[in-house]
Amino acid sequence: MSVPAELNYTSEHEWVAINDGVATIGITAYAAEALGDIVYVEPPEVSATVRAGDTCGEVESTKSVSDIYSPVNGEVVDVNRTVVDEPELIGTDPYGQGWLFKVELAEEPSDLLTPEQYTQLTEGEG
Amino acid sequence: MTALGSEAAPSPRRTPLYEVHQQLGANLVDFAGWLMPLRYGSETAEHKAVRKTAGLFDLSHMGEIHITGPQAADLLDYALVGHLSKVKVGRARYTMITAEDGGVLDDLIVYRLAEDDYLVVANAANQGTVLAALTERAAGFDARVDDRSADYALIAVQGPEAVRILAPLTDADLSEIRYYAGYRHTVAGRPVLLARTGYTGEDGFEIFVEPGTEALHIWDALVKSGEPYGLTPAGLSARDTLRLEAGMPLYGNELSAETTPFDAGQGRVVKFEKDGDFVGRAALLRAAENDRPRKLVGLIGHGRRVLRKGHTVLCDGQVVGAVTSGAPSPTLGNPIAMAYVDGEPDITAGTFTVDVRGRTEEVDVVELPFYKRDR
Repeated sequence: MSVPAELNYTSEHEWVAINDGVATIGITAYAAEALGDIVYVEPPEVSATVRAGDTCGEVESTKSVSDIYSPVNGEVVDVNRTVVDEPELIGTDPYGQGWLFKVELAEEPSDLLTPEQYTQLTEGEG
Repeated sequence: MTALGSEAAPSPRRTPLYEVHQQLGANLVDFAGWLMPLRYGSETAEHKAVRKTAGLFDLSHMGEIHITGPQAADLLDYALVGHLSKVKVGRARYTMITAEDGGVLDDLIVYRLAEDDYLVVANAANQGTVLAALTERAAGFDARVDDRSADYALIAVQGPEAVRILAPLTDADLSEIRYYAGYRHTVAGRPVLLARTGYTGEDGFEIFVEPGTEALHIWDALVKSGEPYGLTPAGLSARDTLRLEAGMPLYGNELSAETTPFDAGQGRVVKFEKDGDFVGRAALLRAAENDRPRKLVGLIGHGRRVLRKGHTVLCDGQVVGAVTSGAPSPTLGNPIAMAYVDGEPDITAGTFTVDVRGRTEEVDVVELPFYKRDR
């Protein structure tokens, strides 16, 4: 399962890319595969304040619904409208077109996982 | 993200096709004590393949019970709600077994293999219950009840291309095999019970591979024969959405010990006209004559959020029922569900909604099924 080296991760199977104080967040290929065909996405609202560990949306597959957690503290500055219309993008391109939302960081996130740590986590679950 | 996958319970049983599923990269899950393929790739693609071309299923988890002996037919007339003595050799019936109070213990397909030989196919999760009930009810009948689950693999080919895929592999003239018929034939040179039955709403066949034969050999032969037709291995997830679209009840969802066949809109399986008493008769007579306390209906969601088992159904804000099964329908493109609602729903009376985790979704109430194939 692909775990890009340039990203950070969470134990909730989300990925985080930080550029110029803005975090782009999506769900990992491992999570997308485990969920099956994704049929519905509800990202957080733009301008919502989010805190790390809080639920801020949901991803629904044919079989189950999962909460989206914010991995960081800050304000939502953008959400992926394309993925709302085409939720299957999460399965086909989880690290690209399947991104979910962007957060302007209120502070540097502290406890994100490295690619190595995340790989270890998924291998433990597999 | 939470609740991704679940740890397998200790040592679920493997079907004879376990290695095949592994090689195909199946997502294997513990289902009623069996390690079964949930999906191989996209469950939506698998579902669509069955509707458009054909799907190949391993259903070896299903329970098989043989009823044999001079009074096999009499036993089944007494033990089940159907009129099994009337079934001709080679034909099959969809039927149910209920408790004395009319509550459904399982829904079954019963094949009459010979005058004094029936095959009862039970849901994997209910195999023990059905076996125990039949054994108990057999007291005083000159008939044997034998658990043969371990002896059968079950492979299904379902979909509009099923006939073309199977025809070159079998000695049977498939045009002679009617829906709900099953006979001893060969497939890929191996003796099987070949039945034109299924749980998908499509034409198709179920192949019971008898002891000593090779399920794997038949699976491989079907894969090869099916390749030009787009035959796709399909898992339990696709099977569930296929049966839901076809309006077929699932035990544990629409059917339970707390529902009668009449609740589930399946009252036609109860044959009061047969001779003699049968288990559940008195209670089922009351259930048939009473105004039905509830009705099984179809719901079609307007939005994209999925209606699921347990969600509350409301009419103008008043609770009127609950969803028993729900999924996004690959054929319709909308979320669909089956639900029990109180009384006879007047769909013109008001606005029906479903409470999906605290937010309501508007739905249309429809008669079942959602999907019916062209015949």
